[in-house]
Amino acid sequence: MTDFNTYRIFIVDVLQPFAKQGAPINDDTQLVAELGLSSLQVMELIEKIEDHFDISIPLNMLPDMNTVQEMAQQLAELAAS
Amino acid sequence: MSLFDKFQTQAQLRADLQASGARPFGAVTEKLFSATEGIVNGQRVILAGTNNYLGLSLDPDCIAAAQQALQEQGTGTTGSRMASGTFAGHIALEQELAAFFDKRNAIVFSTGYAATMGMGSTLAGRGDVILLDADSHASIYDGVRLGGAEVIRFKHNDAADLEKRMRRLGERAANTLIIVEGIYSMFGDQAPLAAIVDVKRKYGGYLMVDEAHSLGIVGTNGRGMAEQAGVEGDTDFIVGTFSKSLGSIGGYCVSNHGQLEDIRHAIRAYIFTASSSPAVIASTRTALRLIRQRPELRTQLWNNAEHLHSGLKSLGMRVSPEVGPVVAVIFEDRQEAIDSWKQLMQHGVSVNLVVPPASPDTNSLLRCSVSAAHSSEQIDKIIAAYAALPSNSHSLAN
Repeated sequence: MTDFNTYRIFIVDVLQPFAKQGAPINDDTQLVAELGLSSLQVMELIEKIEDHFDISIPLNMLPDMNTVQEMAQQLAELAAS
Repeated sequence: MSLFDKFQTQAQLRADLQASGARPFGAVTEKLFSATEGIVNGQRVILAGTNNYLGLSLDPDCIAAAQQALQEQGTGTTGSRMASGTFAGHIALEQELAAFFDKRNAIVFSTGYAATMGMGSTLAGRGDVILLDADSHASIYDGVRLGGAEVIRFKHNDAADLEKRMRRLGERAANTLIIVEGIYSMFGDQAPLAAIVDVKRKYGGYLMVDEAHSLGIVGTNGRGMAEQAGVEGDTDFIVGTFSKSLGSIGGYCVSNHGQLEDIRHAIRAYIFTASSSPAVIASTRTALRLIRQRPELRTQLWNNAEHLHSGLKSLGMRVSPEVGPVVAVIFEDRQEAIDSWKQLMQHGVSVNLVVPPASPDTNSLLRCSVSAAHSSEQIDKIIAAYAALPSNSHSLAN
């Protein structure tokens, strides 16, 4: 079963292109408010995670995935369910 | 933070449009000369974005039926279908829809939005799973969000991605509701229904197809993509609208599942709204009859679609990938799309401007919907108007 840290590392890696200068991606990085991801870019991120880990992420979970940590946590809980 | 801060995106778009002198959203149709020509925003134009696919909104028989119903039954029902708003016409239309689609049951809704939103929100609830095509209409997204089911998107028109997701669901796949559209509203592309049904046959589940842009457009009898693909028997629910090929307003769901009558009594979008007016029901019944009686309208529509699609493509523009009732030209730059919309109006052609987030991706669209009522000369004029756009509008040429 994939754990929190594995998801976290992958998410941080995928988000690197969106990092603002001098502000590395960390657990507290906010996907929309801070990195400025559009709804389309959020869905592309979701698809990358889904394809990489062979999972399906319900849209219902998105409102609880505002930061890197929240996203990794939600995915770890999804994997455990 | 103010209540109104979240509307900044809309405010910026409105400001951009105002600066451009364009009024594409809520453009005012002031007068109609025919189903394909009128005065919009003060200019005489060819109507090339109305979704009036068969031109039936001004058909004399449809108008006469509406006039008679209006005279005999008044302007409105003033009630919900569940209370005092079920008239004999509503029942007759449901029976005629069931017969037309060769299904046992039908429900008539007051709008197409209510039909797709209502079915999506009611059929699957907490504990259930919905798999929907990523490019599904907003009414479908709104509905499934309301219902509380677990909602998973699959890649647009990608049956292999659907299969992957059904496999991941394990035993839950057998009770999953799959939602797709027959023809998609932005690019006019057709769902690979045969491949989607193959997945359903392998894993189980239920299939709902929204035929909003395909009723009266495809299929031997004009029943839509499920008929065209030969999968009507595997399609559990067909939903759609009266506001396109049927030229009125309203929506429907047809199904062979007897439980549709129970579901009817649970759909809030059906229960808590007034029913369609008698005139709307009368014109819709007539239009449904005309779809059966005049298959030549479909032939004419497809001739016009081929004419417009090939004409725009020959200009070097990036056009939607398939020939269909919707023909969209794709622009990478939103402002260029806005300016082009305005220039098309000045050249006497009214189309739909679609900008993100309403468009499927980051591009903007100038979207035409073709009608059987368009003459060949009108299609030529639409192509000529696109040809007159500044050459930089061809930046995304294939």
